[in-house]
Amino acid sequence: MTTNPLPQNPLLDATGVAKNYGAVAALRNASLSVLPGEVHALMGANGAGKSTLVKILTGAIRADAGRILIRGEARDVRSPAAARRAGLLPVYQEPALIPDLDVLSNLRLTGTPVEPFRAWVRELGIPNLDIRETARDIPLAVLRVLDLARALAVEPDVLLLDEMTAALPANLAEKVLEVVRRQGNSGRSVIFISHRFVEISALCDRATVLRDGATVGVVDIEPGVEEKIVEMMLGARIEKTSVAAARTASEAPTVKDSHPRLSVRNLQLGTKLHDVSFDLANGEVAGVVALEGQGQDELFAALAGSIRPAGGTIAVDGAQVRFSHPSDAIRAGIAYVPGDRTEALAMQRSVRENIALPFSAAFRKWGPIKMRRERWVVSSAVARLQIDTRAQGEVRRLSGGNQQKVTIARWIAADARTILCFDPTRGIDVGTKQEIYKLLRELAGLGKSALFYTSELEEVQRVCDRVIVIFGGRVVDTFPVELADEPALMRAAYGLPRGARQDVGILADVRPDAEAAP
Amino acid sequence: MSSSVTMPEPASFGRRLKRFMADRPLIPLIILLIILVAILQVLRPGIVNERWIANTAKFAIPLAILAGCQTMTMLTGGIDLSVGTVATMSAFIMATQIVNQNPTVAFILAMLPAVLIGLVNGIGVGVFRVHPLIMTLGTSLIGTGFLQVYQRTVIASGASIPDFLNWLGTGLTYGFPNALFLFVPVAALIVFTLNRTGFGRLLYAVGDNERAARLSGVRYWQVITALYVISGLLAGITGLLYIGLIKAPSLSLAEPLVLPSVAAAVIGGTSIFGGRGGYMGTIVGALILTVLTTLLTILQMPEGGRRILFGFIVLFVTAAYLRIIEDR
Ligand SMILES: Nc1ncnc2c1ncn2[C@@H]1O[C@H](COP(=O)(O)OP(=O)(O)OP(=O)(O)O)[C@@H](O)[C@H]1O
Ligand SMILES: [Mg+2]
Repeated sequence: MTTNPLPQNPLLDATGVAKNYGAVAALRNASLSVLPGEVHALMGANGAGKSTLVKILTGAIRADAGRILIRGEARDVRSPAAARRAGLLPVYQEPALIPDLDVLSNLRLTGTPVEPFRAWVRELGIPNLDIRETARDIPLAVLRVLDLARALAVEPDVLLLDEMTAALPANLAEKVLEVVRRQGNSGRSVIFISHRFVEISALCDRATVLRDGATVGVVDIEPGVEEKIVEMMLGARIEKTSVAAARTASEAPTVKDSHPRLSVRNLQLGTKLHDVSFDLANGEVAGVVALEGQGQDELFAALAGSIRPAGGTIAVDGAQVRFSHPSDAIRAGIAYVPGDRTEALAMQRSVRENIALPFSAAFRKWGPIKMRRERWVVSSAVARLQIDTRAQGEVRRLSGGNQQKVTIARWIAADARTILCFDPTRGIDVGTKQEIYKLLRELAGLGKSALFYTSELEEVQRVCDRVIVIFGGRVVDTFPVELADEPALMRAAYGLPRGARQDVGILADVRPDAEAAP
Repeated sequence: MSSSVTMPEPASFGRRLKRFMADRPLIPLIILLIILVAILQVLRPGIVNERWIANTAKFAIPLAILAGCQTMTMLTGGIDLSVGTVATMSAFIMATQIVNQNPTVAFILAMLPAVLIGLVNGIGVGVFRVHPLIMTLGTSLIGTGFLQVYQRTVIASGASIPDFLNWLGTGLTYGFPNALFLFVPVAALIVFTLNRTGFGRLLYAVGDNERAARLSGVRYWQVITALYVISGLLAGITGLLYIGLIKAPSLSLAEPLVLPSVAAAVIGGTSIFGGRGGYMGTIVGALILTVLTTLLTILQMPEGGRRILFGFIVLFVTAAYLRIIEDR
């Protein structure tokens, strides 16, 4: 877009937008200008005010000050319906379908045409959606796609996507990017929020950068601009630690004892998990790589004691266990950070109570709380994860990324020996991501272990020692991280053999079950 | 170019006031209470004196304790409609057993059904996941049935109110109602439990997001069972206090307090959906309802009109209060 010859009039032009929540200034002076046919990135650290701006532009909340022009006309967008009439349609950061209704009723509720919706759902890589299914039972990644399809179905002029791809595994994210790019090509505009630079550079024409509620710059996306953006976002440089280096250092003191920390054999569960076996050693971070719905959700839930497996065994420190409730797993030192943060957080309670929740869980901990000690433990976890606590009275008031950090901080504060992280960095900004990678490596250095599912393949090389690939409910491959460059991971995730280094067509239908067990 | 739309200036006085109240939800309630008392004083100059205050406190206290049961259960997204029956049962059993039992035995016998009904409620809601509304309504009906059967067996022996309960229910010490000797520690304990103990935290957590609590290792049934047993106990104690105040044991003694106890908790800012609220608000809520009742009584309206007005005021107050403390 740098070489755009015609000076175009912006389709959407917002200036001086401000929003205060009491003492918290969510936005101070934000501006954003989007041209027709442009894919415009909105970037900023967690809590910078991106979601707030999107909500203001689409009438979900009212700004305290500011001017919004749509096609050059001043519009006071008072409600989501008004925004929709003006051609603005959002996909908010949190799933928007009403959990207790089925998909079809949800569509009716918003007056979304069903057939185009279905077409978009298929287009976005979900071939067999049951439109009668209750939203509550649909996995988060699919819900996000449905949100997008619902927006696309009414053909908006400006589509506002707030961390649309954050919960999506690579295959679905790819589809979304494709669709968004086509929107741009057909003259519609997209405002795209993401913490993944890969996506920004592949997709966007320009980026507006927010810091502390104010727009600090607008840049064209061109090769090498990433560093500049990060600097604008955070107000400082960060170094991307290649954790591989840190790893060898931290690994040295760990004594490998005879029993693995966690040993899973032939785990089965319904139609989702057929045969999963692997070990997790003390001091190890094992990455789990899988496409959407390959059984990883069920695997994590089973290990966390949240659902009971139908077959197979789980052993902790060499002793076989049978978890009937998450508290059993927690007692064995296994903590679970679910992918969907609404599953983990008491939204109306404070940051502190949320982090300290596991402390009071056991019956013998029901008595008086040692407030001073709790405050100390909580605040060190908060500091460690750089949680923006300006709105800490209620977790629901935190920005999405900060909520996510609370789910992790809880188990850091509880000092869990093994953490099952399901996409823990979802929606977390680059700065804190580095911090979390470091944290995980540090824990590993202390002899703790982590199982780390990520939808962002790039992360595997950053934190993991070993990769476990799951496909169709089976472990199809495990290999050391040195071999795990992104193409290799991608191929593996699709269930293709690792040996075939040459370009294997994605069409090849190979399922190497033989390589399963380690 | 086109005209600009400038939205309202930030932090006008009204907004700041609203924000202030939103941060301290007790303040608007206390203001409302003061207003009601002022109206009373204007309508009947001189009515608000020491005796009136002591009297109001006496009637507000049983309501406030029962509303404490509602507050705690509502925090978990539940409700306890059996408190009326439980209180009545304890009171009735106490009054009839004291005739030919020693006080300790009578007390234990009186508290037994309270604990039992609480336990059944807790197991029903916590283990079998019966909706609390249905569960507690059911046990309440069953309890009333038992009480009727029981009444026939003791019909000959008569009833009396133990002196101690008389003293507690109606007595004054230096102008203060003796009921405060019971209420102050109970209220302090409830507030402390909710804010400073693990159990209190779990009530909020379970009511806010049960799945999250579960993933943090909380066993729902334990929390809920303990909760309803505590609720039953408190209701039983309230029954004893109430019989000392009313002095006429009947089969529907505390029944009229049930719905006002729910209303007091709601007016006090506790959400019936769980996760939000506290006991201090509830106490003020109970006071507001008691003063309101007096106010409507002295208006000398017919009973029907009084009830209608009472209902409207409760609705209005709750709606207005929610608007004040909810900010967008
Ligand atoms: N209802 C609210 N009450 C108080 N503060 C709020 C409220 N909503 C948002 N905030 C605050 O406004 C700031 C901006 O939040 P916003 O959700 O816009 O951030 P964001 O840029 O989308 O971050 P993320 O990348 O984490 O999603 C945060 O500090 C947040 O705590
Ligand atoms: Mg956001």
